[in-house]
Amino acid sequence: MDFAFMRDTFWTLLSGVPLTLNLAFTAVALGAVLAMLIALMRMSGVAVLDWLARGYVFVFRGSPLLVQIFLIYYGLGQFRPTLQEWGLWGFFREPYWCAIFALTLNTAAYASEIIRGGLQSVPAQQVEAARACGMSGFLLFRRIIFPIAVRQALPAYGSELILMVKATSLASIITMMEVTGLAAKLISQTFRAVEVFVVAGLIYLVLNFIITRIIMALEWWLSPHLRRPPEVTLPVEAAHV
Amino acid sequence: MNITKTVSLAILGTVLAIGTAGAQTKTIKIATEGAYAPWNFTGAGGKLEGFEVDLAADLCKRMNVTCEVVAQDWDGIIPALNAKKYDAIMAGMSITDDRKKVIDFAGPYGNSPNGYLVAKSSPLAKMPGTGEAYSLSTQQAAAEKAIDADKVLLKGKTVGVQGSTIHSNFADKYLKGTAEVREYKTTEQHDLDLAAGRIDAVLADATAIIGTLEKPEFKDYALVGPSITGGLLGNGVGVGVRKGDTELKKNFDDAIRAAIQDGTVRTLSMKWFKIDITPKG
Repeated sequence: MDFAFMRDTFWTLLSGVPLTLNLAFTAVALGAVLAMLIALMRMSGVAVLDWLARGYVFVFRGSPLLVQIFLIYYGLGQFRPTLQEWGLWGFFREPYWCAIFALTLNTAAYASEIIRGGLQSVPAQQVEAARACGMSGFLLFRRIIFPIAVRQALPAYGSELILMVKATSLASIITMMEVTGLAAKLISQTFRAVEVFVVAGLIYLVLNFIITRIIMALEWWLSPHLRRPPEVTLPVEAAHV
Repeated sequence: MNITKTVSLAILGTVLAIGTAGAQTKTIKIATEGAYAPWNFTGAGGKLEGFEVDLAADLCKRMNVTCEVVAQDWDGIIPALNAKKYDAIMAGMSITDDRKKVIDFAGPYGNSPNGYLVAKSSPLAKMPGTGEAYSLSTQQAAAEKAIDADKVLLKGKTVGVQGSTIHSNFADKYLKGTAEVREYKTTEQHDLDLAAGRIDAVLADATAIIGTLEKPEFKDYALVGPSITGGLLGNGVGVGVRKGDTELKKNFDDAIRAAIQDGTVRTLSMKWFKIDITPKG
């Protein structure tokens, strides 16, 4: 192990971190909106919407992300005249947007199931209680169901976020120079695969460590009822002893 | 005799047995990329084909050994050689100073210049220097002048190259700051993106471009720009072997020399490239 080389590698790969985080967070943010929509479709009770949502989740959860990225980038690239007619080529021309598109569609499929699980785990008694207080419709959803569902879904959603950070490494196959893309380039120049991948792995590890801490803090903040109440020490008055 | 001694002797015996068995079987494993037509590619039946697959068979016959040609992704092809996953590389790999730091080369058995693949309707189709040839080793000033003349047209364009190649090194050195350079895993991928219109030009080996131009969907494309060799583009294509594997290197060197002398390399080159890429001198 050549530590001077590993330090240089670290600085080179660090320049890929903004793109890695950009891809992961943009995709997760857009994916969350889409996932909410799919989860609501799935639970709507309308057969058509339900089956559309089921079909979507089946396709995007059931096929490898690598294949999805390839199909969206190289596959749609073959339909340029049609896409140009529809005015969509400007979007699909760019590898960045193709990567965001593929990652978003993929994470939405997983996240919709996480959200559905969260929504369905809201205790019926709490919904009853809210109804007894006169809440219904959107107010009930906003005040009671959604906050409880988010809290329930958070640990699983945290895992999904971490999976997405790692999934961005696949964007290197469509010319995006994020951490893994830079690592591959560096290996091609130095032929030192072990050192470069060790450093790349460490960078992902640190990124995901920070993300897990943030998720944990968020969980702690959202679950005051699960924390031990601060111990109250009663003042001892000497006169009564 | 205690147990430790018995065990270590047993292990030593096994190691020796495996070692001698390995030396007796004359099988050489040769890695190729399998995605670099017409040098080496995976044919319709899933079998490896191409100039180097044919040449490997010929060289092995001359060396009197059995050879097995295996496919290996390009970007890991040198590390895997050094990790002893196979014994030699024949994958259109140019002999460059950078690569010579980590592996040895036998040969060269081929030499081919680089060039640009562009659409005939593109302004790049009128690239200056088309048909001219320069060497970065012997005519550096003239070659760099020719590259500069091309850069005027390439300004602001997007150029695709295969990563980890002499072409990506060339792009890094000469095109950075002029054109946007995108790196692909295989030449097939940058060809697809050129056809899709995502990139304006492909920078690659002229033989690979000629191979692409044979496909019907590339009938409106052309090979342009001066053909440049030498310097960081290397000195021909050779067989990569591990450092210290001097016997194998010598055997390959002898076999390649014989194959060049009796015209086998020329015959195979004409069969696969339609041009002669036999190295001169």
